[in-house]
Amino acid sequence: MTQGALEHSHKPVNWVAEVPEYKGILSWITSIDHKQLGLLYIMSAFGFLIVGALLGLTIRMQLMFPMAHVVNQGQYNQIFTMHGTTMVFFVGMPLLFGFAVYLTPLMIGARDMAFPRLNSFGYWVYIFGAIMLFFSFLAGGGPEAGWFAYPPLSEKGYLFNSGQNYWALSLFVTGLGSVATGINLIVTILTMRAPGMTLKRVPLFVWMILMDAFLVTFSLPALNAALVMILFDRILNTHFFDATVGGSPLLWQHFFWFFGHPEVYILILPGWGAVSEVIPVFSRKLLFGAGIMAASTVAITFLSFGVWVHHMFTTGLGTAPLYIFAVTSLLIAVPTGIKVWSWLATMWGGKLRFSVSMLHAMAFLIQFTIGGLSGVGFAVIPIDWQLTDSYFVVAHFHYVLVGGMLFSLISGVYYWYPKATGRMMSETLGLWQFWLFVIGFNGTFFVMHILGILGMPRRVWTYPVGMPGWAELNFFSSCCSIILVGSLLLFVYNLIWSFYHGKTAGPNPWNAWTLEWLADSPPIAENFERVPVVRSRRPLWDLEFGSGGDGDGEGQHA
Amino acid sequence: MDIKNADLTSIFNIATTQNKYLNDLHFFTGAVCLVILFIVTGLLITIVAKFRTPESDDGSEPKQTSGNVRLEIIWTAIPLAIVIVLGVLTAIVMVVVNPAVGSKKPDLIVIGHQWWWEYQYPKYGVTTANEFCLPVDKNYLVEVLAADVNHSFWVPAFGQKMDAIPGHPNYLWLHPTKKGLFLGTCSEYCGAQHGLMRIMANVVSPQDFETWIEAQKSSAPPSDDPAAARGKVAFNSATCVQCHHVAADAEAKALIGPDLSHIAQRKTLGAGVLENNTENLTKWMQNPQQFKPGVYMPNMRLTDDQAHDIAVYLESLK
Repeated sequence: MTQGALEHSHKPVNWVAEVPEYKGILSWITSIDHKQLGLLYIMSAFGFLIVGALLGLTIRMQLMFPMAHVVNQGQYNQIFTMHGTTMVFFVGMPLLFGFAVYLTPLMIGARDMAFPRLNSFGYWVYIFGAIMLFFSFLAGGGPEAGWFAYPPLSEKGYLFNSGQNYWALSLFVTGLGSVATGINLIVTILTMRAPGMTLKRVPLFVWMILMDAFLVTFSLPALNAALVMILFDRILNTHFFDATVGGSPLLWQHFFWFFGHPEVYILILPGWGAVSEVIPVFSRKLLFGAGIMAASTVAITFLSFGVWVHHMFTTGLGTAPLYIFAVTSLLIAVPTGIKVWSWLATMWGGKLRFSVSMLHAMAFLIQFTIGGLSGVGFAVIPIDWQLTDSYFVVAHFHYVLVGGMLFSLISGVYYWYPKATGRMMSETLGLWQFWLFVIGFNGTFFVMHILGILGMPRRVWTYPVGMPGWAELNFFSSCCSIILVGSLLLFVYNLIWSFYHGKTAGPNPWNAWTLEWLADSPPIAENFERVPVVRSRRPLWDLEFGSGGDGDGEGQHA
Repeated sequence: MDIKNADLTSIFNIATTQNKYLNDLHFFTGAVCLVILFIVTGLLITIVAKFRTPESDDGSEPKQTSGNVRLEIIWTAIPLAIVIVLGVLTAIVMVVVNPAVGSKKPDLIVIGHQWWWEYQYPKYGVTTANEFCLPVDKNYLVEVLAADVNHSFWVPAFGQKMDAIPGHPNYLWLHPTKKGLFLGTCSEYCGAQHGLMRIMANVVSPQDFETWIEAQKSSAPPSDDPAAARGKVAFNSATCVQCHHVAADAEAKALIGPDLSHIAQRKTLGAGVLENNTENLTKWMQNPQQFKPGVYMPNMRLTDDQAHDIAVYLESLK
């Protein structure tokens, strides 16, 4: 394998802070290196995660007691609008793009993304859009029509401050960046794989990112189009969504959810990809049923474009049209279920190592199952008629997006942090963070199922004194939300502490099998000095044992 | 807000035949989901107990299995069968609960406003606000409309919620089976006071319903309290009549704010914000923004005497 002069043309470094190419702030601002951009995405996402979590905490403080007055209605409506918008567009999207652009080239044995400058464009328009939206608070008030911004409420006749304009413009700008990054990922994965890495041999994470990139590329334009229409309505006096002169408020809902439902899968797919890497490595087994996992992801990608009306089951579209979407929404549960069984079967018969990364993946399995099952309930239209827009929905999608997405991606952070920084994350701090996270998360959101069943609607600033159970459950939820935010702060603290004090990781601390673990930790600027010919899903297994990366059978340790 | 005597707002409180069907579906689906959750949790606990790497591990890799086609078919087919059953039940309940309306005329029209509810009984020519009556044991066709932005009409004990969308009339059927006071609320975000846009539904016997309708149809009898007479004059001169309608008052014919023809019968003011009495009504009129910030009713800068007189007048409108 030695190549003489080519080998070690760089002095090996084992800490990302010492990489010569990454010195100085200018190297980060002007970078087109996918690793720097990936880290910028992830750091920005965690920064906004803290902002979004504090907004969420304010919501919980306001709802802690009935008829409380921590913030007023106008502020509350801006806060919950910005909580949702921040978490979806400024935390979820950059977090997944960060993982995608950091890991994809490394996992397929490429030097960078196909279009490095487009990659940089995507990040900088995102950060520009996010800052622009928060700037609206200084420019006369934030948006307050909710993250879904249904007209007519979002029209200027009802909300005339400029916040709603900022909202539409900001999401339009970040949306352009997202589509650019989506296309970039598709091209990268389709054209830049290492020799021998057929599409059947790409790691499941990369496969899910490929599907994710298709979802981003084809669903975000619907949102972007709708944002232009609402901006025209607000600024140029058009009437796309104004029923009094022949427009249709329902049109917005179709556009928004045609983006908005695939968005749920956009957010969760990278998390699924992460646990599909983490669970096999910490079980010391091949992913069970990788083929059906890949196929079920394709099924979900297609189906997710045909389920948007399940966000509109109470809009009275008529029995037959609604029913079609009940059928597609029920069907999507099947490929989703397949994944849960495959992960469980991967662990079965393995040798489990309960690292903090693995613990997050296991908590993810249960919490995502709860969120998925309550989702099946919402596909059953008459149940949706009762529970939609109640606190039950709030519980449901937090189980999917926090219990599912955030748990799985934090599992991914513990798993790949050594690769990116060269240092291990503290497992002691990690264990504290994990248990506080589990307790805080479930305590905050599980009781919301019951609140919904007891008839509490969502997006309410307050609720009357004396409603049976409401005050007690809200109080409990608010207390647990403090633990939840504490655990997130502890996580960020662990990121920083480990950066300076973590143990040196080495190239492959988990004894994992995919190509990124062949690179140095942190990888050199060109990622690899030499990429081996890939002959299976687990090239590093093949390197160790000579063969058997895809196969059944016993592995022995050298 | 008079919720001490109200029925539970739980979705499991069955007050209509429609909610009975919904509840059957809730329990069936809930049971299926719980069984699946127990299986997944049970498997994970078993795995944790059984496959933890022992202290004395030799570092060898376990047996590698790439998959098992038979198992994979099973865990595709069984969930598929479950969702087919749920799909069939969904269709049945949808058709039973929400049959085609055709050319039938609604018995009750609900109109969502920012941030109160208007109720019209077209067959009786009656209009009221925020609190309404339904007779027990009769299937009522309800039309749901919006005056401004989107709202949603939801009384959990009645079952289905229905969105109020401008330019898009919606219908729902309600067949109450239980008498009592049922609470609900707007459940589509509609702006500043979305949280305090409460619904109060009185389900009464058919006789009581007829009595109530008759009372609504007639104008409230004039009061002999001199304060009420002064209040009426003030009400008509202080621009209250620009927005409000009072059947007994020839000058109060506007249809912008809630109908006040029989306001004294209501339990609350401001769609559930304050208990309805002379004292609260006086305070409300002097500064509505204090009790319901964002509400479209302006502060009319009434003197204490004017406000009191108008309150006495309005509270005489039984």
